[in-house]
Amino acid sequence: MRLERRAHVPLGLAIAAPFAAVLVALLLAGLLIAAAGADVLEAYRRLAIGAFGSRLSLTETLTRATPLMLTGLAAAVAFRAKLWNIGAEGQFYLGALAAAAVGASGLGLPSAIGIPILMAAGALAGMLLLLGPLLLRLRFGVDEVVTTLLLNFIVLLFVSMMVEGPLRDPTAFGWPQSVPVEAAYKLPKLLPRSRLHIGLAIAVAAAVLLFIVQSRTVFGFESRAAGHSPAAARFAGISLSGTLVKVALISGGLAGLAGAIEVTGLKGYVTTDLSPGYGYSGIVVAMLAGLNPIGVVVTALFVAAVFVGADGMSRAMGIPSFIADVIVALSLLTMLVALLLVGYRVRK
Amino acid sequence: MSAPAPSQDERPEVLRLEGVTKRFGSLVANDAIDLELRQGELLALLGENGAGKTTLMNILFGHYTADSGRVVAFGRELPPGKPRAAIEAGIGMVHQHFALAGNLTVLDNVMLGTEKLTRFASDRTAGAKRLAAVAERFGLGVDPAARVGDLSVGERQRVEILKSLYRDARVLILDEPTAVLTTQEAERLFATLKVMAAEGLSLIFISHKLGEVMAAADRVTVLRGGKVVAERRAAATSRAELAELMVGRRVARPEREAQAPGPVRLEAVGVDVTEAGTKRLDAVSFAVRSGEVLGIIGVSGNGQAALGRLVSGLAIPAAGTLSLEGEAPTDFSPRAFVAAGIGRVPEDRNTEGAVGEMTLWENAVIERLRTPAFSAFGFVRRSKAMAFARDVIARFDVRGGGPGTRTRLLSGGNMQKLILGRNLIDSPRILIANQPTRGLDEGAIAAVHAEILAARKAGTAVLLISEDLDEVIGLADRVQAIVKGRLSPPVPADGLDARRLGLMMAGLWDEASDAA
Repeated sequence: MRLERRAHVPLGLAIAAPFAAVLVALLLAGLLIAAAGADVLEAYRRLAIGAFGSRLSLTETLTRATPLMLTGLAAAVAFRAKLWNIGAEGQFYLGALAAAAVGASGLGLPSAIGIPILMAAGALAGMLLLLGPLLLRLRFGVDEVVTTLLLNFIVLLFVSMMVEGPLRDPTAFGWPQSVPVEAAYKLPKLLPRSRLHIGLAIAVAAAVLLFIVQSRTVFGFESRAAGHSPAAARFAGISLSGTLVKVALISGGLAGLAGAIEVTGLKGYVTTDLSPGYGYSGIVVAMLAGLNPIGVVVTALFVAAVFVGADGMSRAMGIPSFIADVIVALSLLTMLVALLLVGYRVRK
Repeated sequence: MSAPAPSQDERPEVLRLEGVTKRFGSLVANDAIDLELRQGELLALLGENGAGKTTLMNILFGHYTADSGRVVAFGRELPPGKPRAAIEAGIGMVHQHFALAGNLTVLDNVMLGTEKLTRFASDRTAGAKRLAAVAERFGLGVDPAARVGDLSVGERQRVEILKSLYRDARVLILDEPTAVLTTQEAERLFATLKVMAAEGLSLIFISHKLGEVMAAADRVTVLRGGKVVAERRAAATSRAELAELMVGRRVARPEREAQAPGPVRLEAVGVDVTEAGTKRLDAVSFAVRSGEVLGIIGVSGNGQAALGRLVSGLAIPAAGTLSLEGEAPTDFSPRAFVAAGIGRVPEDRNTEGAVGEMTLWENAVIERLRTPAFSAFGFVRRSKAMAFARDVIARFDVRGGGPGTRTRLLSGGNMQKLILGRNLIDSPRILIANQPTRGLDEGAIAAVHAEILAARKAGTAVLLISEDLDEVIGLADRVQAIVKGRLSPPVPADGLDARRLGLMMAGLWDEASDAA
């Protein structure tokens, strides 16, 4: 058996790939559900109900999808330029911490000014955090996969230090959490009587904007060229380091923004369990979307639905809710296989 | 070769292919191919890129499985898809890209995989003895203790051949063996192959170069479009006939017409270029005038790459001056050089010339993307870019796709026409053509040469950097040789022959001028 590269990739195949990948992932996870002694179809029905079956569950899915969209975009934009930013988790936390620190510093600004400042603080923190690994790569050739990944742990420990130290909320009965941001800086709700906030609108707008930037602008053109073929880009006069710096600023900024939005949209303070792995799941979201920003919106909804729905399934069927992590992880693996089969033909 | 061979048909047959057919999707790479090889024969498999030569040899060696047909070696049919069976039957293959471990010695590379894994220790003494005997017999001298990573390309190829011979190969297949060799190395290789044939080995070499096929082979099988279109004895055919058989129509390389050159457009005086601490160019001086082609000839790896980068805006002179139309550029960058009217054809079209995953239109405008013609306010002016690409495609006869096609799907010749076209369409002041026809087939070479000569006629100053003697003799008005980063004085191309060029390329500039 061998693989042959396809000359032309049929469009239908490229579109079908993520659906097939998800289907296979669900089938494989179904084996585990069956092994746990539950009715597989009933379990998935419960999962769907848990994710979409009521106003509450639907808004909860959308709320969860919001940070996933932004971290998904962060991964998509970086991966397209072959900048392997695995550090969205850390950028998310640092962005959240920066927004919380500014928001709790007693500036007393009105919402219309304060909220953009907090968003900017979060994005800036994410940008700066990714800039370090990028400069190490450009200057010394240090692999950014390693540096961005390891920075995640450093940042999480730093957040832990801050919420137990300088930023600790003295009124929180001893819980390690930061001082809440001023009420004026909390993001407006998108729907009353729900947790859903305007962060969703920001994330969708970011996806549309990024799509336009990537497909229509000189920067988008150059970042694609630099990603596909650095030597050809350099020969054509495209600055590789300049392009990568811009890509890193966008990628880190989006992940940092995700953190700032998560803090100001929901609880208003930072804890060390603010993210259930949004940064890492963002990689799955981006891969499932084929690095397409519009696709990221859809795949973020899928991943969020699995996480939210799994809670309902777990309660109803007595299956551990960890099955959600299994489904998402399996989706990444099956998507990688699907991408291979889209690009190549298998021959005997 | 030794004594004149008896009528070939009396020699025993060692290898026979019968009706071999292989399809890739809708493409028929090999269509009912019959082929036979006799003992002591040197057979050339001639064909253009994509004619199916490599596919056929991969089937023979068991890398691919044929859809139908069979391979018979020494009277026994080979099981399909089993390289090990081919090796055991005495077939060896030397690939275009060597499969050697650079960190091991020659002896280790040759012995690798020949001993049983259950052996406690490798019997290097016996291996060395055997290797020496094989090398002696065929005149393939290589130091067995040398690290392969330190060897030249020609020496590495010898190691590859030794690897096969060490495994008792009696039939040796060489895939484009001269693609990576200098002229001198290629001559030496063919001398060795003739010794091997005289010793009773049978050889097949794949090639698209007419000269070496005529010079080295006993018999030539011509493949075109996956079919055997002709078989000739080398002694009973001509270059022109083979060219026509290979391409399927008459091709003639265009001829350079006499023309008086104009003013100097591109000039270097005593330029040094240092990259990564190594001096790549050493006080080079040259001048290219409007309406002339200056040919820079040299054996690969003598500073051509650095010279190409210098005149493409990718390297900055450490000493000396480079001037464009009498003025030293203030900005050494690809964008500034393109803006100054320099058309650039890079050495490697696949890695530098075009982004394979991007479309034709994107590659057509990539060098000029930031000019007002193709972008405004940071947005790409897509319709303008598409129109430009369509223009290039039509005027330079780029086949294989429209503006929206991904560039990697083009053949080498069409990709090169795209790269040439995007530069030539605006009549550049200066054209840099670095190895413009490397790896192209006869038809595409003729097209590229015609475009370069048309640019010369229109008054463009052309700097041609090439390793191909025929190309330089055919296109250049004046020639300089590049040797270890230094340039010889210019010599008029009229009256230059391969021997004098060879002396120049060897750095024997005085002898070359004496030979005139």
